[in-house]
Amino acid sequence: MCNTCGCNITPGNRPLVMAEKPRNGVTTVSVLQNLLSQNNNQADHNRAHFDASKVLVINLMSSPGSGKTALLEATIKRLRDSLHIAVIEGDLETENDTKRIQAQGVPAYQITTGTACHLDAHLVHNALHHLALDNLDLLFIENVGNLVCPASFDLGHHRNVVLLSVTEGDDKPAKYPVMFRAADLMLISKTDLLPYLDDFSPSNAKQNLHNLANTAPVIEFSSKDGKGMDEWIAWLLNEIKAYQALLLNKQTQRPKVQQVGQLLHAKSGTTKFYPVSDKTKGHSKHLI
Amino acid sequence: MHELSLCEDLMDQVMTIAKAHHAKKVVCITVRIGPLSGIEPLLLESAFLISRADTLAEDAEFITENLPICVLCHDCDIESEATVNNLVCGNCDSYNTSLVSGDELILARVELENAD
Repeated sequence: MCNTCGCNITPGNRPLVMAEKPRNGVTTVSVLQNLLSQNNNQADHNRAHFDASKVLVINLMSSPGSGKTALLEATIKRLRDSLHIAVIEGDLETENDTKRIQAQGVPAYQITTGTACHLDAHLVHNALHHLALDNLDLLFIENVGNLVCPASFDLGHHRNVVLLSVTEGDDKPAKYPVMFRAADLMLISKTDLLPYLDDFSPSNAKQNLHNLANTAPVIEFSSKDGKGMDEWIAWLLNEIKAYQALLLNKQTQRPKVQQVGQLLHAKSGTTKFYPVSDKTKGHSKHLI
Repeated sequence: MHELSLCEDLMDQVMTIAKAHHAKKVVCITVRIGPLSGIEPLLLESAFLISRADTLAEDAEFITENLPICVLCHDCDIESEATVNNLVCGNCDSYNTSLVSGDELILARVELENAD
C-alpha cells in the first residue's frame, strides 16, 4: 500500500477523507501518510539485502522468559550440520543470550536497546553490518521480550513466530491481539509443565488465536523433552523451500499481516552493538 | 511506550509539509488511528504536547480520529463490525475474514496558516 495513489483510503476511512472543511486563512493539506513510513522504508531496504543473499529471516517474538533462546538453542543443535544459521539478539541489557547462542557454534550479534522496548528496522540494519549474510540460509531475529511494541515494527523479515508459554495463560492472544494477529506460527512452549498447571488449555489458546481471524498453524513445543520439535523443524524447512521458490520468481516473502499503519523508528541514542563472535570478524559484508 | 518516538516521526512529516507550503504556523494535525494499530490515542496526544514545543506546531490542535474495526467475510461476503480480540464474521461466525479497517496509523490532514 502506498501513500501516493490513494490506495490507502479504505472503505472505513473514505468518508473521513472526503470531508474536508475549508476555513479562512487556513490551508488544509490531506496527507494520508503512514506514520511509520521511515521504518517501513528501512524495512524494505533490509528485505532487499536478505533477498539478495537468499536468507530466510524469522522474527521471534514473545513475553520475556517464554523460551525464545531455549527454542533457538534446540533448533541450532538440530540444524547446524545441514544449514548455516545466525542469530540477532535484541535485549535491553546484557549479552547473556548471545553467549548462549554462540556456545552452539553459530554467529550471533547482540543489539542492546537501552530503554527501547522493541527492535526497529534501523537497529536491525546496523546489526547486518556485522553479519556475513551471503553465507547464511536462515537468520533468526530474537526480538525484545514484549508482547506489545515489537508487533508494530516491520524489520524486513519474512515470517513472524510468536511463542506463548504455558505459564502465561491461554488468554494471551485475546489480551494482546495486535501481537498474535501478526503470528505466522504460534508455538505453545514449555508444554512439559502442562501436568503441573490446571489453568492452561492449548485448545483455548488456539481458539483465542482463531478469534483473531488468524489461521496460522499452532505447534505445542517443549525444548526440554523435545515435544513438537519435528513439527517445528518441518515448518522451518518448508518455509525455507517456499521462500527459495518465491525468490526464483523474483518475488519475496512477507509476514501475512503487514499492517497499514505500522512502523516508526525509535531514535535511541543509547543503542550499542556488540560483535560477539570472533569467528566472523573480518568477513562481514559491506552494506550500503 | 513507543508513542513518543512515533510522535517525533509524525512531527518530522508535519514539518516537511509545513516547509513545503511555506506555512507560518501549523493550526491543526489530524491523525487516524485504528484500535489494532497498537497505538494508544491518549498516549500519542500526551506525546504530542512534548514534541510540539518550539516548533511551528506549538499551538496546534491535535485531533485523533478513532476508526472502527470492520472485517470482510470471504465466505458470506458481508462486511461487519468486529472487536479487537474477536475478528470473526458478525454474520456467519467464519474465521475466514480480512480486516477492512481498524489497523490504521495515518497522518490524515494538516491545517496550515499563511500557506502557499
